[in-house]
Amino acid sequence: MEAVDIVLWPVALDFKLEDLRSRGPGEIAVAFINGSVRSSEHEMWVKILREKSQLVVAFGACAHLGGIPGLANCTTRAEIFQNKYVRSATVENSKGVLPQLETWVDSYCLELPETWNTVHSLNQVIDVDYYLPGCAPPPDSIAKAVQAILSGNLPPKGSVIAPDKSLCETCPRNETKPETFTIDSFRRLATSTPDPEKCFLVDGFVCLGPATRGGCGERCIRGNMPCRGCFGPPPDVLDQGAKFLASLGSISSGKTVEEVRSFADSLADPMGTLYRFSLPSSLLQRRAGGKEVSR
Amino acid sequence: MPTECFEPRLIGFLCRWCSYTGADLAGTSRLQYPPNLTPIRVMCSGRVDPTFIIKALAMGADGALVAGCHPGDCHYSEGNYRAQRRYPLLTALLDQFGIERERVRLEWISASEGERFAQAVRELTETVRELGPLRWKDRIQAIAVKWEDSCQSQKSLFTGVPHAADVRRQ
Repeated sequence: MEAVDIVLWPVALDFKLEDLRSRGPGEIAVAFINGSVRSSEHEMWVKILREKSQLVVAFGACAHLGGIPGLANCTTRAEIFQNKYVRSATVENSKGVLPQLETWVDSYCLELPETWNTVHSLNQVIDVDYYLPGCAPPPDSIAKAVQAILSGNLPPKGSVIAPDKSLCETCPRNETKPETFTIDSFRRLATSTPDPEKCFLVDGFVCLGPATRGGCGERCIRGNMPCRGCFGPPPDVLDQGAKFLASLGSISSGKTVEEVRSFADSLADPMGTLYRFSLPSSLLQRRAGGKEVSR
Repeated sequence: MPTECFEPRLIGFLCRWCSYTGADLAGTSRLQYPPNLTPIRVMCSGRVDPTFIIKALAMGADGALVAGCHPGDCHYSEGNYRAQRRYPLLTALLDQFGIERERVRLEWISASEGERFAQAVRELTETVRELGPLRWKDRIQAIAVKWEDSCQSQKSLFTGVPHAADVRRQ
């Protein structure tokens, strides 16, 4: 900690936007930015941080891939506002008042940032130098990143600071996985408990391990929870969800049209499951069509 | 939104052993079918990673055809079953993205079925023409509307509450 001087840390210390604005371009050595970008305020902050920082590290799954908030890309702002401010059972809003960019109270103008329809990962808005994956990034990989920056021993720009192999490589349950296996349907965590020793896929649970970068320390696996994919796709995989879907072709036992269909039906909410953390950075990026959106 | 001059851009992943040969037969037999499909020869329908289809749709294709050997006839014994297992999962996923599942078609076409290939292309072209252009990138852009645009549609919800912008104008 003696080696660094923290100039901005809004969640822990009292810093204001002006403290950042008053700095010169490139005056900050490195900015670790967490969170996805989904409003004009987020955009303003990350653009100022980019200008003032020599290096920008996307910190955590939201900045890296879009993260859980990125699942909002399966709906629109109008839908979200309706659910949040009008339809919600605990909200009394008979006039249907929604957040506005400007509201005049007497002669004062109150302003709110603009919420966007689409949630973005950090690299869709500003230039990003490095990515620290994970929800949340494990402490040792944070330490590794800070040490690399302090020593000046930096990996090539655009690197994801994590191993290149998939999670299965280091998964403690990998040994229990037979050479080949098939399942006829998926089981759900809500209604059954996984065997604490067995490979989750063999046991019939959706585990995104095969299509997810390793290096997380298998924290979920050790807690008897299948991988949900927070580290994002391994290198050279364009689309984490589609890649996992490809692997299901060899896991399903179905041969007839009916068997194949019942296997597919047992995977509830494919979009939310396969792109739980990566929807905004996936190839299709968001829902765009169908009833909800065209309304 | 079918338009008069819309010509669907379709991409076809054809298995090298059956369906590509079937497409060849359609050609040598002088069968008539629409020129909208761009064929790509793959070693097996099981080689068609859903990423290929999703990437094609994201980058401007309006529809896709995956064609392989009939069940039981796969040169690699069960590659086509893999394609078959992925297909309903892929279409369920596309539904959630708002992409009509009819845009992606899985067909079994043997090397002797030139007419079947021609018919599959005709049907897919017509289906996609009916559905209209996909233009995924434009759609994504259009949804990233400015606040002002969506305020217009929200206005009707403000029964009795004047819009802030209107108050300012007064």
